[in-house]
Amino acid sequence: MSDVADRVKKIVVEHLGVEEDKVTETASFIDDLGADSLDTVELVMAFEEEFGIEIPDDAAETIQTFGDAVKFITEAA
Amino acid sequence: MFDLTGKNALVTGASGGIGGAIAKALHAAGATVALSGTRVEPLEALAAELGERAHVLPCNLSDGEAVDALPKQAVEAMGGVDILVNNAGITRDQLFMRLSDQDWDDVINVNLTSTMRLCRGVMRPMMKARWGRIINIGSIVGATGNPGQVNYAASKAGMVGLTKSIAYEVASRGITANCIAPGFIGTAMTDKLTDDQKSGTLAQIPAGRMGSPEEIAAAVLYLASNEAGYTTGATIHVNGGMAML
Repeated sequence: MSDVADRVKKIVVEHLGVEEDKVTETASFIDDLGADSLDTVELVMAFEEEFGIEIPDDAAETIQTFGDAVKFITEAA
Repeated sequence: MFDLTGKNALVTGASGGIGGAIAKALHAAGATVALSGTRVEPLEALAAELGERAHVLPCNLSDGEAVDALPKQAVEAMGGVDILVNNAGITRDQLFMRLSDQDWDDVINVNLTSTMRLCRGVMRPMMKARWGRIINIGSIVGATGNPGQVNYAASKAGMVGLTKSIAYEVASRGITANCIAPGFIGTAMTDKLTDDQKSGTLAQIPAGRMGSPEEIAAAVLYLASNEAGYTTGATIHVNGGMAML
């Protein structure tokens, strides 16, 4: 697994308090990992800080799964 | 009770009577305070009176960019913002038929839009801290209406809806948002009234007197405290019984 994926996974596990093995490529933050809408905003904020990037609101809306987040951040960073 | 040691508070309108009393009460409870307002001199004087743990952050609330910058300046000065008190407000009283767009816009911008901007600006640090207190100073007229104050009353009623909606969104993060609605409080603003105007208003107040800025500050101190963690989305009316809401 890439460095980006590891770092994203760490944030997701810490923030949502889920088991690491639940955070799979297709795991949806809301449907599978129990996030509410505010959690998704906080996750995006945490990603921005961790990777020093800006994630615009319209892009943030497309980040639904762990895989989406890794893909977006890999391309943006 | 109500110990604010280690907490950082940003107070707008701190150069005025009520804002100054709020800043003093929070400071006396141990908080570090950032005093904001348009007039630098009274802010400096208040900071000097308070001594340590006081910062002066002048800001013109009609300037959107300056308002957006204020929470960041407060974080730089104090290391964080745990308590936000939106106290600044202006009036542009006029009978509704004569109300100009400019007087409407000015009051809505300073009283309501700047409140929204400051709440938005402190949200991120409060979310991260899992603790925050937003205290918006409304007015009795936001609930009762008042002739000649269509713009002011609308801005203060708007604050209530804004505050309740924020309270819903962030309650699960340890952040509360509440309003305080002062009635007739003795300040420089009310000193300008004639004796006839004063006695006319006093006749409507069961307590038979004007309130003091310190009595508003006491309500702010409660809402800012750890002990008020279960009070959110509320409006505390401090009005001597003038309107029992």
